[in-house]
Amino acid sequence: MSSFSVNEPSNRTKWFAGSLVILYAIITMIPLVWIALTGFKSPADAISYPPKYIIGSDSEAGFQPTLEGYVNLFTTRTRQTQEFLDANPPENWADEIVRKYDMVIVGPSKFGERFLNSVIIGFGSTFLSVFLGTLAAYAFSRFKIPLADDLLFFILSTRMMPPIAVAIPIFLMFRNLGLSDTHLGMILLYTAVNISLAVWLLKSFIDGIPTEYEEAALIDGYTRFQAFYKVVLPQAATGIASTAIFCLIFAWNEYAFAVLLTTANAQTAPPFIPTIIGIGGLDWPAIAAGVTLFLLPVMIFTILLRKHLLRGITFGAVRK
Amino acid sequence: MAQIVIKNLKKQFGDFTAVRESSFTIEDGEFFMLLGPSGCGKTTTLRMIAGLELPTSGEIYLDGEEISQRPPSQRDIAFVFQMFALYPHMNVRKNISYPLVSQGMPKPAVKAKVAEVAGILGIEDILDRPVGGLSGGDRQRVALGRAIVREPKAFMMDEPLGALDAEFREHMAEELRALHDRMGATTVYVTHDQLEAMQMGDKIVVMNNAVVEQFGTPQEIYDKPATMFVADFIGSPSMNFLKFHGKLDGGASDVAMHNIQCAVPTAREPFEGDMAFGVRPEHIQLADDAAFRGEVLATEYLGTTQIVTLKTAGGDVKARVPSHQVAKTGETVGLNFNAATVTLFDRQSGRALKSELNEGVLHG
Repeated sequence: MSSFSVNEPSNRTKWFAGSLVILYAIITMIPLVWIALTGFKSPADAISYPPKYIIGSDSEAGFQPTLEGYVNLFTTRTRQTQEFLDANPPENWADEIVRKYDMVIVGPSKFGERFLNSVIIGFGSTFLSVFLGTLAAYAFSRFKIPLADDLLFFILSTRMMPPIAVAIPIFLMFRNLGLSDTHLGMILLYTAVNISLAVWLLKSFIDGIPTEYEEAALIDGYTRFQAFYKVVLPQAATGIASTAIFCLIFAWNEYAFAVLLTTANAQTAPPFIPTIIGIGGLDWPAIAAGVTLFLLPVMIFTILLRKHLLRGITFGAVRK
Repeated sequence: MAQIVIKNLKKQFGDFTAVRESSFTIEDGEFFMLLGPSGCGKTTTLRMIAGLELPTSGEIYLDGEEISQRPPSQRDIAFVFQMFALYPHMNVRKNISYPLVSQGMPKPAVKAKVAEVAGILGIEDILDRPVGGLSGGDRQRVALGRAIVREPKAFMMDEPLGALDAEFREHMAEELRALHDRMGATTVYVTHDQLEAMQMGDKIVVMNNAVVEQFGTPQEIYDKPATMFVADFIGSPSMNFLKFHGKLDGGASDVAMHNIQCAVPTAREPFEGDMAFGVRPEHIQLADDAAFRGEVLATEYLGTTQIVTLKTAGGDVKARVPSHQVAKTGETVGLNFNAATVTLFDRQSGRALKSELNEGVLHG
């Protein structure tokens, strides 16, 4: 007979909880896996019925992987006559792929540029939000600020309507300030939207750090600012990491303002990916390839910060 | 090593006065206790000495220098927090060496100093452990190590034993006192535990409601309380107050309490009005022939002694008498007071009346 324990789950409970987690993971992963697979299909395989999902198999559900989607994503191509194609042999492997459709590569597409814009604007605004948010949250948490509660409420109130509701004033403002279609403009805009989240999240994290640590550092001969970055910041790492992930995900995925305020110079990937649909028909593999690449940075960022999210570094240092 | 002089120190938080015009002197090398109930301003006083709070007015002299407005880093005072406040992201060695690193001490010197301190505290074997998994006593030792490592002019300790288990406190109190005797550094120690204060302190300041009630050696404070609050706060069971209305002549050596003449130390000031006759339980003897009578309400057996609670004309009284003395509940017995130890109080103000016993101890 198995023993019963209050704090140790039974085997059946563990098995049930485990299967639930796995089931949930499968459900959320299917669309992602599907997109990743579609990126490696030919346009015909991508829309075939019944669907094809086994890589390299000759069976009915199998398809031969190809880099067509990625080549189409990164290049612009033109259709040429047979004489031209015969006269000019393919220059490289990518050119060879597009020859199947009587096309030649004439240059790179805008995707690389747009992707870089996303990286600059997404990470730039995340850094700025977290940096300013940490300083503001520390001040709100530790110092006696006149009207602190009202200021905090004011900061929060910027989140009380969907940001797109103020799209027109912002559009006009940006045009007058010359911020339309600039990296700086988009960074400032996303920072402004994210900062309220950052201040509130980080304030609660910093509130949870006992002031004795800073006081100990002050006594130990450090200045207030040294105490802040040597003692408070390492303890707030968990909060800073999770805040950074939230901010990045918002700035990275934002679509509406990007469509409205950027056209060329500072356009990010989200408004660019749908435009692929217009270039040479419904090129699902190219779109899927774009989406796959677009997902990677946030995924990598989250994985890198994962250890900070999980590590309970303040555990046990202060007796409560 | 230094003398600390506190002059008219005052601290207000908005409308709330945490410390009111306090003055006292901590001599070089003293183990000095700030004692009082919670909320009395003792921790605020300590934090002002350390520089964690700035006083609203008043002066603090450390070794003759006025430091009340300086940042803590420029005071050369160490602080041991009640919750230890060890840096959780550093191991024991880094915690202890942190104050030295801030002074820019070279690495080999830091290492040698940390090793020396670890030797004093007996924590050499845990130097490379993270602070998270340490036991309460070891954390306490690390916190002490961080305080003593840079040899400051004075130590501030804010109820450092408050977070320890009862059985361990005794041991740690001895260790602390031994450490102090060895280092001879001026130490200011905040506690609400009167036993701890009596046991460890060279001198005690008793605070209540933001005011210093009395300041002196443990013996003085116990035997010659300046106010009813001090008399009541120190000692267990606390001092008895027999309430009566009467008249005391300057120079009188007895007082009529409920029509019975009771001997007291020679009075140095006349008084008339509501008084309290303050006598410690151990200075009451039960005697059948004594004039002042009381009815036994209860007895508590404590081994060698017992506490007898009696109902008298002046209110309930607790007497500590030998346990072999028979005291039956309901019985009426006489009470003799050890006259030399009695303190009379003005019940209105709570102030002790000046007498042969306490003159010279009472300030102001």
